[in-house]
Amino acid sequence: MVMTFLRRELVLLARQKADWLNPLLFFIIVLTLFPLGVGPEPNQLRIMAPGIVWIAALLSVLLAAERLFRDDYRNGVIEQLVASRQGVMAFVLAKTAANWLSTGLPLVLLSPVVAMLLGVDKAAFIAMMLTLLLGTPMLSILSVLGAALTMSADKGGILLALLIVPLYIPLLIFASAAIEAAGMGLSYSGQLAILVAMLLLALALVPLAVASALRINVS
Amino acid sequence: MTDFFCARGLSCIRQDRVLFQGLDLELVPGQLLQVQGKNGAGKSSLLRLLAGLSTPDDGEILFQGLPLSQQLDQFATSLCYIGHQSGIHEHLTALENLAFWRAAYELPYQDNLNLLGELGLAGLEDVPCRMLSAGQQRRVSLARLWLTKAPLWILDEPFTALDQHSIARLQQRFHQQLAAGGAIIVTTHQPLSVDFPSLQTLELAYRW
Repeated sequence: MVMTFLRRELVLLARQKADWLNPLLFFIIVLTLFPLGVGPEPNQLRIMAPGIVWIAALLSVLLAAERLFRDDYRNGVIEQLVASRQGVMAFVLAKTAANWLSTGLPLVLLSPVVAMLLGVDKAAFIAMMLTLLLGTPMLSILSVLGAALTMSADKGGILLALLIVPLYIPLLIFASAAIEAAGMGLSYSGQLAILVAMLLLALALVPLAVASALRINVS
Repeated sequence: MTDFFCARGLSCIRQDRVLFQGLDLELVPGQLLQVQGKNGAGKSSLLRLLAGLSTPDDGEILFQGLPLSQQLDQFATSLCYIGHQSGIHEHLTALENLAFWRAAYELPYQDNLNLLGELGLAGLEDVPCRMLSAGQQRRVSLARLWLTKAPLWILDEPFTALDQHSIARLQQRFHQQLAAGGAIIVTTHQPLSVDFPSLQTLELAYRW
């Protein structure tokens, strides 16, 4: 069931390209503007790089979150799926996976370009790629939660940001700390372990919360 | 047989307005229940209560003798609910929409082309549903009724936007379902054209 649902989500993403291309373009634009705005001083950029990358990643994932459940809520798919009950959890997992494949994975793939733009060295680049690889799935999981809670709100966008951004903060702190440590030649396995722990915890608990949020929104 | 599906003393309050209270209904296998009433009388709210989507403000709903709240999962497998929204995604084709519902209802894979052809959608299987007319979209949505084996159907305004021919075909499908021992709860403004011997009507009055 999950595979059928995932295929459906990917078909939808292939037909509505703006849904995932816009956040990606936003990410690229922010990162190209920073060197222009801050100035070409390489040291300064290198110091700021971890924060810049992760803030841009957070905001671009947030941008993709608002429309996640909007269509399926309006056309009654979610209501009828909740009535049938057995499909809800698979639907949530498929949505999360499709969201990561369309917004998180491209960020990981773009990270070499980002590293070049910001002039980070090799060790910090590897750390950046690892934190993005471990952190973006968690971003997707949390944004699915936010989207599920706000899908019936008329202008859910700002509410979604207020709900979800606080949950992103621990991720931001540990991910940028890992990149910073790598830049200074220190070990960053502790920060990575915390990222993995947060990801596993979210993966275990958040889908349950999302399924309940869907049920509440149609009752 | 009397304990297939029944509701006792149902009340529903929406925005400080009592839609209905003390409502009793009983459904036996092979029976069709038609819910009638003015716009805003609470027909859809009643159907959503009966489908287990929301909980009644008072009263209880029993399925096979047990309260609904104690067996939501078993009840859901015996239910096919189609609300007044179509439940189809307009960027997906008819076939993709059907494949989705087939998976959601855990039905085995089967070729849906014949079914769509039967419903007069031949040649439109690969067209995104937003290009279809309202009636054709409704037909894609109702195609699920030809797939499901659920004994209880709850349908909100299934005849909306359908042409005469499709209405006749849907009523034919109703007959099959009733003959197979299923039960149907339906809201509609049109009188049902084919005779249903087991037809029971419930009139909801609009209350202030």
